[in-house]
Amino acid sequence: MNGEELRQANKRLALKLGAGAVVALAFGFALVPLYNVLCEATGLNGKTNAERARPAAVKVDKSRWVTVQFTGTVMPGLSWAFYPKVASMRVHPGEITRVSYYAKNPTNQTIVGQAVPSITPGQAAQHFVKLDCFCFKQQALEPGAEKEMGLTFIISPELSKEVGTVTLSYAFFPAVKGS
Amino acid sequence: MTTATVSTHDDHHDHGHPSGIKRWLFTTNHKDIGTMYMIFALIMFLVGGMMIMGVRAELFQPGMQLMKPEFFNQLIGVHALIMIFAALMPVATGMANWLIPMMIGAPDMALPRLNNWSFWLLPPAATLLVMPFILALFGVGTGAVATGWTLYAPLSVQGGMGVDFAIFSIHLLGISSILASINVVVTILNMRAPGMTMMKMPLFVWAWLITAFLLIATIPVLAGAVTMLLTDRHFDTHFFDAAGGGDPILFQHLFWFFGHPEVYILLLPIWGFMPHILSAFARKPIYGHKAQVYSFWAIGIMSVIVWAHHFFTVGMPIPALLYFMYSTMAISLPLAVLFFCWIATIWRGSMTFETPMLFALGFVILFGIGGLTGLVLADVAADAQYHHSYFVVAHFHYTLFAGGIMGAMAGVYFWLPKFTGHMYDEKLGKTHFWLTAISFNLTFIPQFFLGLAGMPRRIPDYALQFTEFNMISSLGAFALGLSQLLFVYIIIKCARGGEKASDRVWEGAKGLEFTLPSPPPYHSFTTQPVVK
Repeated sequence: MNGEELRQANKRLALKLGAGAVVALAFGFALVPLYNVLCEATGLNGKTNAERARPAAVKVDKSRWVTVQFTGTVMPGLSWAFYPKVASMRVHPGEITRVSYYAKNPTNQTIVGQAVPSITPGQAAQHFVKLDCFCFKQQALEPGAEKEMGLTFIISPELSKEVGTVTLSYAFFPAVKGS
Repeated sequence: MTTATVSTHDDHHDHGHPSGIKRWLFTTNHKDIGTMYMIFALIMFLVGGMMIMGVRAELFQPGMQLMKPEFFNQLIGVHALIMIFAALMPVATGMANWLIPMMIGAPDMALPRLNNWSFWLLPPAATLLVMPFILALFGVGTGAVATGWTLYAPLSVQGGMGVDFAIFSIHLLGISSILASINVVVTILNMRAPGMTMMKMPLFVWAWLITAFLLIATIPVLAGAVTMLLTDRHFDTHFFDAAGGGDPILFQHLFWFFGHPEVYILLLPIWGFMPHILSAFARKPIYGHKAQVYSFWAIGIMSVIVWAHHFFTVGMPIPALLYFMYSTMAISLPLAVLFFCWIATIWRGSMTFETPMLFALGFVILFGIGGLTGLVLADVAADAQYHHSYFVVAHFHYTLFAGGIMGAMAGVYFWLPKFTGHMYDEKLGKTHFWLTAISFNLTFIPQFFLGLAGMPRRIPDYALQFTEFNMISSLGAFALGLSQLLFVYIIIKCARGGEKASDRVWEGAKGLEFTLPSPPPYHSFTTQPVVK
């Protein structure tokens, strides 16, 4: 190759490699939806259904018990008191159960919060069916107001027999504008 | 420019070039740029080292003595970022600039102007990283990034403006590495001397080719991740914010999708040095040239599919844990091939133990310890115990200090006489090796035991029972830091004069770079050699 040909060849290859880097950047952003799809399909990150589930006629499996533990965390920026009324309970898979969380706004202004649930272990997330939940919409508390917030759920009998304990954790965030 | 003679690009004669500061600012010469990369790396190595001296001084005894915890957190994070991006990567790139054209018989790098750019992005990037420390002295902001080098969300979403400085610094460092990598790939694929087929390429060149591909594939993912972090912080997006439907764990996936290949990006060029050095001082040909090339490829490809072993404890389904455990352990197989080739290369050789050989042998042994302790951490069941403990800190310093920095020093000592035309002071070099090797082990062996005993990393204070081992570790670290001043002295002394180095430099040295005079002419090969 003479000098000019080599320069052209170098330029072409450099542009191709540069395009490769741009594709890698796009791939990095594509990983975001890919991750969400993967998590929804596998329950990888413990995310539960975000909307009201249709109550299906499921048979109650009286032969086994599952321990359900409840926790509540208030995230920075939200000065509420927030905790489950019952910390732990035993239920049969298929049984419709109702529990409640307590929240209080001790400040002197109205605050809107949004609870985000998470299930541990992740593989139980798909089998934790929420029929009704305070996490489905934002919750507003007047100054000094307190509230008992309900949660109705069924543990699906399809939950793997290896799972004896399911932990449901709520993190209460200050509501995000416009969501 | 004050160029006296105007030259065309096809003109390979040694023409006049600007002198003084302009020579360095505008240079497109691979040797000048390589030198600047290495000087920059050495300076940042000392800066990052000074930071960790502060950390070890604080950890000398329990309780808070010298600094606030926030400042401690800033020191450990910036130490890591500097050592990885501003010391180890630039020294590897500097050596690539110097050596690749000489090793493949090319006059210069393929894209000389791009080369100048890739270097001159580094000083602004390093300045951005360190500037928040200085701003904090004047009461502006809260100091540098305090999240550790991994920048995990949500901490990094909530952190002060130091995080923004780090994000922009990473953008610049990333662009610099990608440009340098493009240059390396184009040079290797297009500029080889006639007759130098891919399989005849020296192993350092091969290692860098794969490093460059890894950089082009993974640095953009990091750039994307920190950009998402930036928009989460300032533009109301919720990539990593659970309140808005995002997921902080996503950041860990994105980060380590880059971060794990990064480990091999740091180490591959060093593995490329080893066969050259070991075969020269054992006076035997390299054992398993092809096997090493295939191992490089295997490690490069596998490095992008094992990332989640960095956060086993985050909560993953069992099948995912098993997959990442087995794939991680599988990487030790091609790595074992490399170790075997290194040992087989020196097996029954007529060995002499000059400084580069000492560093290379030290590398093989200490990096071996780093690799074996990595296997322990790859075990999901064991990792639950060792995760985020000092065991991890000791492990990755065995791989990145003994494997990375000591390996890089082996390369520097080996080729320094070629670069400068003078032999370095052999006695001082050997002293430097023994000081480094002993104080390194003194620093990090106690940390293995601290980790096994349960001391967590990234903590400025600790329980009383850890005191003695922390004192030993701190004393070792001070000795290690001071020993590196000797290294600086040796390099300066060698650059300024000393016994004249022959063209071949070492009795057993092979390769095209040793057919050139020491120091080599400004343009390496005016006519390309023919390789048979």
